[in-house]
Amino acid sequence: MSLALPAADMARAITRISHEILERNSGSDSITLLGIPTRGAHLAARIAATIEKIEGKSVQHGTLDITLHRDDLRLRPPRALMPTRIPSLGIENRDVVLIDDVLFSGRTIRAAFDALGEIGRPKTVQLAVLVDRGHRELPIKADYVGKNLPTSFTQVIKVHLSELDGVDEVTIEEGRI
Amino acid sequence: MRHLLSIADLSKSEAIQILDTAEELMRVSDGPMKKLPTLRGRTIVNLFAEDSTRTRISFEAAAKRLSADVINFSAKGSSVSKGESLKDTAQTLQAMGADAVIIRHSASGAAQRLADNQWMTGSVINAGDGTHEHPSQALLDSFTIRRHLAKGSEDLSGIRVAIVGDVLHSRVARSNVLLLTKLGAHVTLVSPPTLLPVGVESWPVTISYDFDAIIETVDVVMMLRVQLERMTELFLPNAREYSRYFGLDKDRLSRMKPSSIVMHPGPMNRGLEITAESADSARSVILEQVTNGVSVRMAILYLLLAGSHETGIAL
Repeated sequence: MSLALPAADMARAITRISHEILERNSGSDSITLLGIPTRGAHLAARIAATIEKIEGKSVQHGTLDITLHRDDLRLRPPRALMPTRIPSLGIENRDVVLIDDVLFSGRTIRAAFDALGEIGRPKTVQLAVLVDRGHRELPIKADYVGKNLPTSFTQVIKVHLSELDGVDEVTIEEGRI
Repeated sequence: MRHLLSIADLSKSEAIQILDTAEELMRVSDGPMKKLPTLRGRTIVNLFAEDSTRTRISFEAAAKRLSADVINFSAKGSSVSKGESLKDTAQTLQAMGADAVIIRHSASGAAQRLADNQWMTGSVINAGDGTHEHPSQALLDSFTIRRHLAKGSEDLSGIRVAIVGDVLHSRVARSNVLLLTKLGAHVTLVSPPTLLPVGVESWPVTISYDFDAIIETVDVVMMLRVQLERMTELFLPNAREYSRYFGLDKDRLSRMKPSSIVMHPGPMNRGLEITAESADSARSVILEQVTNGVSVRMAILYLLLAGSHETGIAL
């Protein structure tokens, strides 16, 4: 197991992503941050807090569960549903920033597009991820990336967040083949 | 979990998972788009060999909101009325490729029989079998109670529920006793002795013959329908006497605790077990039960059908 992103670097990445989101969208008025549970939701809350500190006003943020839209539901045992909390202004005509911990095949994000379609029609949809590990199976690209981690297909990326795991770090483990 | 036959088969955590899943699915039902693609391509058969309005429609609405294909099959107007056996019916449905069968039958144990025999490979969901069980009704009742009286808590511990009326013939009462006590609620059955089943002393409940004595102490009054169609013997002196002692009238309604609620699984005999005033009062959550029923049944269908059974079933 190797440490790919220590706590201090993770904090810097979150701060940088927050600034990049603000720069690209000319402030926080039009943006709605939606974290994909479980860890994406915590990252969204952190980015929201950072943006609020920078801008001095609150930002729309919530969570979006994509389980019901997954394309691999039939391949695995039933999954528990996670909360979807859409903030007060909704997503109609907003600049929605989806936030997840790891970008891998891209299938989660595809499901997120479907889940958003159930709720409304955003002006734009952007994607922020803490780690991009490659191996895309769909033509999907992140707008904001904490760290690009080239990996082999069998390696396992683990994102630990202090809210859940007591520590902030990203590790790479050698997977079983 | 492969089938839903009886509340007795569910662990407490499985029951809570169904309620939590229903809670999230309820948000979908409240949203602008009511349809989800989750069960697209799955075929669900409603096999109703006994009359039903809300359970059949509720399961049908739940299945359609998850994009499953629904085939309705009622005994009247089908070969069941020509004497076709349950086995032949099941094999016919299997041959048509049903992924799940939702069965309502007048014989206790019909759903179990369908699941135990290898007549078909799909999931079996019990939508009421004789006087045995009606698990989806109990789940929607607990869901409704939890939303009203146990906000923020996952189970129903400390909540006092009175189930009033014809317990003997009621599969709703049996499923509810099992589930409510599993979730930590305290259940009192209120009924004339003639309408209590044999062996009720061994149930984890308190029994009372005096509705007036307990009306002020409970959080939930769940009225049962007097099942006139199952009353083949003389159980009641007459309907008026029953209403007087075990009906929920205006006076009893006014003595309930301020926060307490009135429930009824429907269909109601207005004027017999419940007066119109009580059924339509602000305490009544009877229509909410119907609304919640769709979300709870969506949760059941999702948990039984969305995943794969080949990779092991971890509900």
